[in-house]
Amino acid sequence: MTTDGPVGAPKIADETAADSATDAAAPGPVGAKPAHDEPGDGDTLLNRFLQNLWAANTVTVTVLSVVLALVIGAIFIIVSDPDVLSTFGYLTARPSDAFDASWTVVSDAYADLFKGAIVDPATITAWANGTGTWRQVFFPISETLTYAAPLVFTGLSVALAFRGGLFNIGGQGQAVVGTITAAMAGFFLPLPPVIHLIAALAAGLLGGALWGFVPGILKARTGAHEVIVTIMLNYTANLFLGWLILQKGVQQPGRSDAISKTVDGDAQLTSFGGELRANLGILLAVLATAVVAWLLNRSAFGFELRAVGANPPAARTAGISVARTYTLLMVTAGGLAGLGGATQVLGTAHALTPQVAGNIGFDGLLVALLGRNRPWGTLLAAILFGALRAGGNRMQSFSGISLELVTVLQALIVIFIAAPALVKAIFHLRAARSARLGASMAKGW
Amino acid sequence: MTAVSTATAEELTAAAPARFWDRQRRLGVGVAAIGLLATVLFGALAPSETARFTLSEDAAGAALSINGQVGAIAFGVIALGAGAVLLAGLARRYQTGVLSLGILAFVLSFLCWQVAGKFLPLVDTVSGTLELAVPLILGALAGVLGERSGVVNVAIEGQFLMGAFGAALVGTMATSVWAGVLSAAVGGVLIAAILAVLAIRYLVDQVVVGIVLNLLALGVTGFLYERLMQPDAQSYNQPPKMPEWHIPGLADIPVIGPVLFDTNALVWLALILVFAIHFGLTRTRWGLRTRAVGEHPTAADTVGIRVRGLRYLNVLLGGVIAGAGGAYFTLVATGSFNKNMTSGAGFIALAALIFGRWTPFGALGAALFFGFAQKLATYLSAVGSPVPSQFLNMLPYLATIVAVAGLVGRVRAPAADGQPYIKS
Repeated sequence: MTTDGPVGAPKIADETAADSATDAAAPGPVGAKPAHDEPGDGDTLLNRFLQNLWAANTVTVTVLSVVLALVIGAIFIIVSDPDVLSTFGYLTARPSDAFDASWTVVSDAYADLFKGAIVDPATITAWANGTGTWRQVFFPISETLTYAAPLVFTGLSVALAFRGGLFNIGGQGQAVVGTITAAMAGFFLPLPPVIHLIAALAAGLLGGALWGFVPGILKARTGAHEVIVTIMLNYTANLFLGWLILQKGVQQPGRSDAISKTVDGDAQLTSFGGELRANLGILLAVLATAVVAWLLNRSAFGFELRAVGANPPAARTAGISVARTYTLLMVTAGGLAGLGGATQVLGTAHALTPQVAGNIGFDGLLVALLGRNRPWGTLLAAILFGALRAGGNRMQSFSGISLELVTVLQALIVIFIAAPALVKAIFHLRAARSARLGASMAKGW
Repeated sequence: MTAVSTATAEELTAAAPARFWDRQRRLGVGVAAIGLLATVLFGALAPSETARFTLSEDAAGAALSINGQVGAIAFGVIALGAGAVLLAGLARRYQTGVLSLGILAFVLSFLCWQVAGKFLPLVDTVSGTLELAVPLILGALAGVLGERSGVVNVAIEGQFLMGAFGAALVGTMATSVWAGVLSAAVGGVLIAAILAVLAIRYLVDQVVVGIVLNLLALGVTGFLYERLMQPDAQSYNQPPKMPEWHIPGLADIPVIGPVLFDTNALVWLALILVFAIHFGLTRTRWGLRTRAVGEHPTAADTVGIRVRGLRYLNVLLGGVIAGAGGAYFTLVATGSFNKNMTSGAGFIALAALIFGRWTPFGALGAALFFGFAQKLATYLSAVGSPVPSQFLNMLPYLATIVAVAGLVGRVRAPAADGQPYIKS
């Protein structure tokens, strides 16, 4: 790794540029760029690396998208804080007040975001002094992984369908049905420990697969657009869940509000104990990523689905049954999303509520886009989203910044990712050599 | 630009030759089946008591009365008969009429069962249906404008939310309903503008943008709600309610009067816009160009129509309309903003747009149908019916799936819907 030193330098320039933009409360083109702008004569590895660094490749665009989103988020924080806004009232008289106040509120918020998502230095010193435990040190990471696990599944579901040319917006509905079937298996089936957990996970998978089968078979048989069908099925699943929870036998005895019985202990995903909520779900998620990666890149079905995704008529000419592939693909995608729902209910929620699946289906969509529809990319994106969510919790309780800011950040990141041309224009990036960006699959209804 | 494959799976799976079980016969089987269900099930379950459909907003006044069981069976038989006629074969032009009759009879049979021994205030039902339909109509019209010119708009939900938020915020700060409606439109346009720029200029997949924009609107409104409105509802979240206008004379017509002439301005706006957009699309130069751009942008460009400019215009206009629809939630329905208060209404509007086959009047009909289902759901849970309201609320979504699957007629989107135009 001879390139280590230079890597650091531009990164720092990068961050200070972003920071100054934050201070001025306005994102703008970054002016002073290091001298590596003009292509070097020597075709050394270093030169080529520097050239690519400021080009619109996947990594640069992703990093810059996150930076842009954070900058816009900072503006939201400043604008919505009455105390800070009041200092802007006399901006011309004493500008330093406004900048100091803005800087304080924004840096506090983002520091909490980091501490809640990755690690809080205070807990490390406490551990070293013997006043804290190692669990407290790993608590943020545990939270991040807890939130990430279901997103990996729903993200993989969307990514897989994408590669086959289908847009699975139904991750939410499939996950909801997955939570229902997994939870029902969790509290109805009288099974011995390990087998019970496996049965509950399988139930979640089957439930999601069933909910994915409907748009798949309709697409294959009648050409009904999967986007429309899956959107409609999302809400159908939600309404069904709302009805089911209140039924006798499902509802928690002695409760009048909408909550189901609790999943049996031996059907729950084992957590690391204590305050560490992270559970087996994240390991399953990594396993699922590996399986999907194999399925996509190494299996016959993966080859077929990529062929269908790239060019349906050509695939048909080559003897691949497009209808069968679509159906099977949606069943698989639905099963993955159903597993995501199962992870949620067996891992953290333990009981059905109307909001048990949260927003994991739609977030999965964003995660897949951020991960460029690649299995391992999706895993990383899910962890980033989980980190934002975990950090957002701390930001809410410590800095008083609403958790909704995280939703804004996530949406903004994905908007910039989806429109690399926009990022490229804002930062005056050079065109990438191997441009894999902007591979949108606009095909309408 | 490379040729974009527009082949659907249907074209790829071999098309079946003309067969005995054509669309009409399949419909006939369906209608006959629900007729049979109504006759047997509803007839058996309905108590033999009088069902009163009062012509007012409460139990008082003149009423249409019928024995619940007799009504349930009679209307069930009518539905069965309609199904049989369809099954026997019928001239094409009567098909829609008979189909509507069958479905209407089924609904009436259901009502006779549910209302037996109770009463259903007709005026309240109709005006409630219309009021619930207002945001759906406006949202669906926004979709019509965008999609007929080739831009898919999945962000109706986000436009609703921004509209509702803007109306509550500015309406309270200016203590004016009309300022609220205006800023609701601005809120809708904000989302529409991002959608337009990303979809038209940056060629991002339009469904992706729509979904992400919904989340963005959810986050932004939720964030500002918690930072501004929750701590100080008095000064940020108590907009004045939209006044009901009573037109003297016209408002005294039975049933129609109170529904249409004793109501708020948004209802009128929605109804007028349906006619205006229908007229605009079919009779004006703008409409012809919009349809041309939505069906075949290259051809439209060849004859000198500015494809992208027209798309920008239509999407932004749609933003105005959907934003105004969002004002309904804060200025008419509840009187204050709440987090995620639209809770999927934007997607029902999308369903209405598709179910209404991308036409203004179709959207109106679908929105009224969905509004009726929602109103009925509230009524049934109020009178303690055994039919769960959740299942009635599923109706719009299931109906849309049935429609797109071609089980009842085929719906077809504008040919270039969702495809960015790249001038070559």
